[in-house]
Amino acid sequence: MALVLEARGLNKRFGAVTAATNVSAAIEQNSVVGLIGTNGAGKTTFINMITGYIKPDSGSIHYQGRDITALPPREVTRIGICRSFQIPQLYSSLSVYEHMMVGLGVVLRNAGLAGFFTRGRPNVPGHGAPAAAVAERILVRFGLTDYRDRNAQVLPGGVRKLLDIALTMVAKPAILLLDEPTSGVSAEEKFGMMEMVMAAVKAEGATVLFVEHDMEVVSRFAGRVLAFYDGRIIADAAPEIALVDPEVKRYVVGGALRRMDEREGRPNA
Amino acid sequence: MKADRTLLILGIVLLAVVGAGPLLPQWALFLATIAIAKGLVALGLLLQLRAGLVSFGQALYYCLGAYTAGSLGRFFDIGDMLLQMLAGALVAAFIAFVLGFLLARYRGIFFGLLSLALSMILYGLLVKSQALGSTDGINILPSTLFGIRPNQESVRHVVLVAGCAVAFLATLLVNRYLDTPLGQLAAAIKDNEIRVEYMGASVREAIHAKYVIAAALSGIGGALAATTVGHIDPDMAYWTTSGEFIFITILAGTRSVIAPFLGAAIFGIIHTVAYDISPNTWQMTLGIALLMVIVFLPDGLWSLFGRRRAA
Repeated sequence: MALVLEARGLNKRFGAVTAATNVSAAIEQNSVVGLIGTNGAGKTTFINMITGYIKPDSGSIHYQGRDITALPPREVTRIGICRSFQIPQLYSSLSVYEHMMVGLGVVLRNAGLAGFFTRGRPNVPGHGAPAAAVAERILVRFGLTDYRDRNAQVLPGGVRKLLDIALTMVAKPAILLLDEPTSGVSAEEKFGMMEMVMAAVKAEGATVLFVEHDMEVVSRFAGRVLAFYDGRIIADAAPEIALVDPEVKRYVVGGALRRMDEREGRPNA
Repeated sequence: MKADRTLLILGIVLLAVVGAGPLLPQWALFLATIAIAKGLVALGLLLQLRAGLVSFGQALYYCLGAYTAGSLGRFFDIGDMLLQMLAGALVAAFIAFVLGFLLARYRGIFFGLLSLALSMILYGLLVKSQALGSTDGINILPSTLFGIRPNQESVRHVVLVAGCAVAFLATLLVNRYLDTPLGQLAAAIKDNEIRVEYMGASVREAIHAKYVIAAALSGIGGALAATTVGHIDPDMAYWTTSGEFIFITILAGTRSVIAPFLGAAIFGIIHTVAYDISPNTWQMTLGIALLMVIVFLPDGLWSLFGRRRAA
């Protein structure tokens, strides 16, 4: 399959802390990639570098053959790479629906379809419908219609998480980076939520990279795993291979697998 | 729908002013025109406040508008009030466009104090400038409109009507701007700038635009005040003048584009009455009034007119 995103030899240091050491990865179109690793392993730094929030000290990032290393987040978003956040980044004074409309407004404006002199309700690029209809469609897909007119400030944690992800859909991303989409969501709700998110994302035809600590979720949804440890990628393979890799088991999933076994009442391996 | 209601209210007020003008005493016409002028500045502050920015130096552009009007008379012999307001807006907008590249990088107290510093620089320059009358200021040419000079009895009314018409137009444009995606970003910027950038918008560009629009409005206000009072001096750029505009904006609330004009009118009335009753302690009366509003109407006077979310 065609490569859409490629990281080549990314290095990043924050003072004495090494956040990325020679990180390289090539992402294929329409793939679903799970990023795993302990806290501080460099997963979020990887996402931050791809989206332009952090500039790597060396190395480069290519999107559809174009070098995007130097682009700021808004430019990266405009070319179709969007992200969600581990801690939902919302607008506390806006309602759920207003979140969608503000986001869609930006998309329209960037396409030159909404400005001071524009009249009428143009179709949102990529969505083929006016903003209000697109907003409703996204809300339905993410199960947010019941919260339509509620302010973000008063939403339950799981709903905030969904809204954070739903807001990335307004720009019709080609690549979606989800930073711990299920963190803060109860164990019972995790799978339902991931099913919903992945269904919505697949319907939009996006390539997905997601950070996840729950290995069950990873093996269920990811077609490929990038395991991070100490700023390096220590494994890059299909989940059934990566998750049993001795190094990955030792540095990344050891603890997680044990917890999983305990929950299911199995003795520790 | 919202816009239509705003337009309707503004239209009624405009007609009322035009109609009632000849019946009102001169001092009332004067107060009303000054309220329109200051309301325009407060409208600019409203735009910035919605994005979470408080300018402590909006008097910079108010004063620039006034001195632009003054200079038109002094150097070009132009006394046309519409031309004065137009020139005031253009000069203020141009200066704001240049300074905006700097200001749009700052937030919170830094934005506030930097804007204050810039207004005090203008104050300092004007005080030193002999050509513009130094601390004495300069007189404005008698107001004319389309080359006609209204007689002494009707001039205040004519200035008020012209000011109302310009303010009406400006408010409609601001209302329209607030409906554009860039205008609607204000609350989002106030809440979460990082997310705004990650939606694909430039926060700096949005703030820069608001800063320039606010300056243009203030420039119009300054020119209108100049032609109304007939005299200008560097105090128009002094920081206490900026404080007055913040006072008006807080008093009025930021929920509607009409609120700043109401706030400015009420400010004018409180100021006049308080000064009349007790010339030495009028600031205290104003302070108490603001205190009452902040405690009992935290969203400003406009919240008296229905608690619905406005434009």
